[in-house]
Order: sequence, then C-alpha cells, then structure tokens
Amino acid sequence: MNVNAYLRPDGRIGVRNHVVVLPAVLCANEIARRMADAVDGAVALAHAGGCTCGEDVARTERVMAGLGSHPNVAGALVLGLGCENCDSEKVTRQIAEQCPWKPLERLVIQEVGVSRAIREGTAILEKMVGKASGQKRTEVGLDGLTLALECGGSDATSGLAANPALGVAVDRLIAEGGSAMFSETTEAIGTAHLLARRAANAQVAERIVETIDRAEARMVPLLAPGEHFLTSGNVAGGLTTLEEKSLGCICKTGSVPIAEVVEYGVPPRARGLVLVDGTGFDVPSMTGMVAAGAQVVAFTTGKGSPVGYPIAPVVKITGNPGTYERLAEIIDVNAATITRGEKDVREVGEEIFHEVIAVCAGKPTRSEAFGFHDFSIATLAGAYAGV
Amino acid sequence: MTKRLAIQIDRGDNVVTLVDEARAGDRVGFVTAEGRQELAALDDVPFGHKVAVRAIAAGEPVVKYDEPIGRASRAIRAGEHVHVHNVDSAVQGGAK
Repeated sequence: MNVNAYLRPDGRIGVRNHVVVLPAVLCANEIARRMADAVDGAVALAHAGGCTCGEDVARTERVMAGLGSHPNVAGALVLGLGCENCDSEKVTRQIAEQCPWKPLERLVIQEVGVSRAIREGTAILEKMVGKASGQKRTEVGLDGLTLALECGGSDATSGLAANPALGVAVDRLIAEGGSAMFSETTEAIGTAHLLARRAANAQVAERIVETIDRAEARMVPLLAPGEHFLTSGNVAGGLTTLEEKSLGCICKTGSVPIAEVVEYGVPPRARGLVLVDGTGFDVPSMTGMVAAGAQVVAFTTGKGSPVGYPIAPVVKITGNPGTYERLAEIIDVNAATITRGEKDVREVGEEIFHEVIAVCAGKPTRSEAFGFHDFSIATLAGAYAGV
Repeated sequence: MTKRLAIQIDRGDNVVTLVDEARAGDRVGFVTAEGRQELAALDDVPFGHKVAVRAIAAGEPVVKYDEPIGRASRAIRAGEHVHVHNVDSAVQGGAK
C-alpha cells in the first residue's frame, strides 16, 4: 500500500508542509506569535520552557531540534531571546545537520531589537511558505510512516470500543510496514509484566519494566494519602483490577511486539511499535512522540477532547454515542457504532486505518479545520503532577 | 423480556462488557466476528460492568482484551456479574 506524501531529500516522509517558529524560551513566545500570525501557513510552537534547569533544558533543546527537523516541517525559524538557558544556536545547528535541505534561520531578539525581529522574522517566514507551497506530494510506501497513539478524556467506552479498534488499525499499519508509538507511561503502571511479554527481546523487556517502575516511583509520592491507582470511581464504573484498567489504555497498541523504548522526544532506531517515555497529559505526550518522529496522531476520546497539534494532523476517534452526537464536529472516526452493536471492533479498526492514510495524503482533520494548534513540552517538574 | 447490549472485545474473552444496564433475567446480546450471540443475565449489572459468557471455574483466569485481568476467586456461572466480589487481581495495587 502507498500514500501520497512529501518525500524529503533525507529520505523521510512528510504528511504536512508546515513552516514553524521555534521560540527558545517562553519570553520569546509573544514575538514568535506576532510573526506567525502575520504569515498564512506559519505557526509558532510556543511553550513554557527554556529557562528551567538540568534535564528539562536538555529536553526543550531536544524537542525543538526534533520538531525543527521534522519531515512535516518545510521551513524553521529558531527565535532566541538571548539570555535563556536553552541554547538556540545548538538547536539550529542540530536541525541543519539533520536536514541540510531545509530552509532554516535563527534570530536573537536581544541582538536585533523587537520591531526588527518581528519585521525580519515575518519576511523569513513568508519566503519559507512561498518555497514550501511549490513542493509536490508523491506516492511513497508506508514503511516511513509513524503513527502516534494517544487517548484523552477517557471514559468506559475508551477501553471498550475506540482503543481496541485503534489497536486493530495499529496491527494493520505495522503489517503494511509502518510504525507506531505510545507514550503514556504513567497510564501503563500495573501493566509492565504484560508489556514486557510483548518485548522484541530481553533488553527491551528490561527497559519497559525499568521505565514504568521509574514512572511509578516518581508518581507514588505525589498521590494523596489513601489515594490508589485504582480508584473507587474506577470500581463503581466496572473496572475490577488494575490489569483491566491499564489494558484498556494499552490495547490501542494492538498485539504487535514492542521493538524499542526511547526517552521523550528521542527518535527510535527500530521500526514497528515503540514506547516513548512520556506523560499521561495529552498535549505534551503528543510532543514527545512527534519530536521522536511520528508524523500523524490517532487520538481516542470518550468525553470529547477538541485538541489539535500544530505540525501533525490528529485523527480523533470516539466510542461514546452521546459524545458523537454532541461533538461530531471534532470527531473524525465514529467508533460508537461498536458501542451501539452495529459494527465489530475489526470493521471500525479498518475504518481508522483508512482514515489515517487519507489524512496522511492531505485530507484535513476536524481539528485542522478548526485551526487548533495545542502545544506544550513535558517537563519533569510537571509531568508527574497528575494522571 | 428486555434485551441489553454488551461488547466482547476479543473472541477469546470469557466476559462481555455491558453498554446498557441489565436487570436479572434480561437478555444480553453482543456482536462477534461470527455474528450476534445472546445470553441471560443472572444478576442486575450496571453500565460498564462485566458478565461471564461461559462458566469460569474457581482459580481460572478471567479474560478480557485476550489477556487475563485476574482470577476467579470462586466459581462463576454463565450470565453472572463478574467483578471484585468474584475476581482477584494478580498485581499489587489491584482493587483487592
């Protein structure tokens, strides 16, 4: 099977052709937005990091480099303030090394002034968008495609309908040579033994257990006294054991082996299904997977989450009939047909797979039609504040 | 006699999950790859809760998502409500 996408000179596959401004610190966000708002086709990846400490600065730099060099990005402007901890020069150099073909510029506000930065930045973005609009899609195989898996606003129907159907789509994509990523480490607590059984080899199994244990060790001190991974609400809602709860979350990964475990925003070497050590929070979780190379996101939601993502299309799936009735405008695939007994999980899994391929070929998602650009980078300081 | 809907996630599962509320005696229908099936609920079962599709012996795994989600703590009959009163978790931190 093929998909109509952008084949980049480095051999990677893009499914969108965005031009981005990458502010190196939150103090540059407003100026980044002014530039991007002035240019149709440009988007600012504004975030709250850049002057945090230690591992969080390294994460911010890694994520910025990953997004700037992403195959869905046709041009990138790195915007430094000048005094931040995040090294915008290093980020720019990393993008250039990874993608020598890509239009890339760097501006530092404290070196050129605010008005001039906005003026020059806007001109740079206009030029990049002009160049991007001349690029054409071509037929490529699915072997360069990676689907990020996310669930948010979950309810009883997530584990019943939308997630199992997505698991079927993942098995199909990987059988066709594609790859997938999942990242909600805090929502895999209690399933390490099950996930480890699916590891491609003993080292991967060990990494899965270590990664989930580390999340649990960071998480436990944040639980209130008496609070538990399985809450009284879970039990009242029909969840009998922790295994069942976590299986509902991880069943969106299908039944394929887990090929590798990587840190947040780090591109894997292996193809197939990969665990990215991320967070249960949806928006920064998507960043961890997109910065690691995923070009498209499949997002299951029970209650109805509207979020989109600035550089990757988000295919939204619900298994809740009421949510589909009220919020059809943000839903791309209706898995409530399973909940209503009209279709089985396999049929809807095929529908999800075909919708993902259509979206990769350029079909706009519902959140793209709204222009939703939710973005944030997980920090260790905030990643474990809740699940 | 009222008919209620349930979902069997994987064909190997020995439980189905209700997407309706059932009263004891209601028929519970579910879709499988082989077509529609039906069984009688033996208990009142709330939305999102599970019903056994066949008899599960004490100590036998309770299977959902084609994976064991725990073990039957006593014998469970087909149509019986399956929950914390008759299932034990194998993992520290389960409900029991």
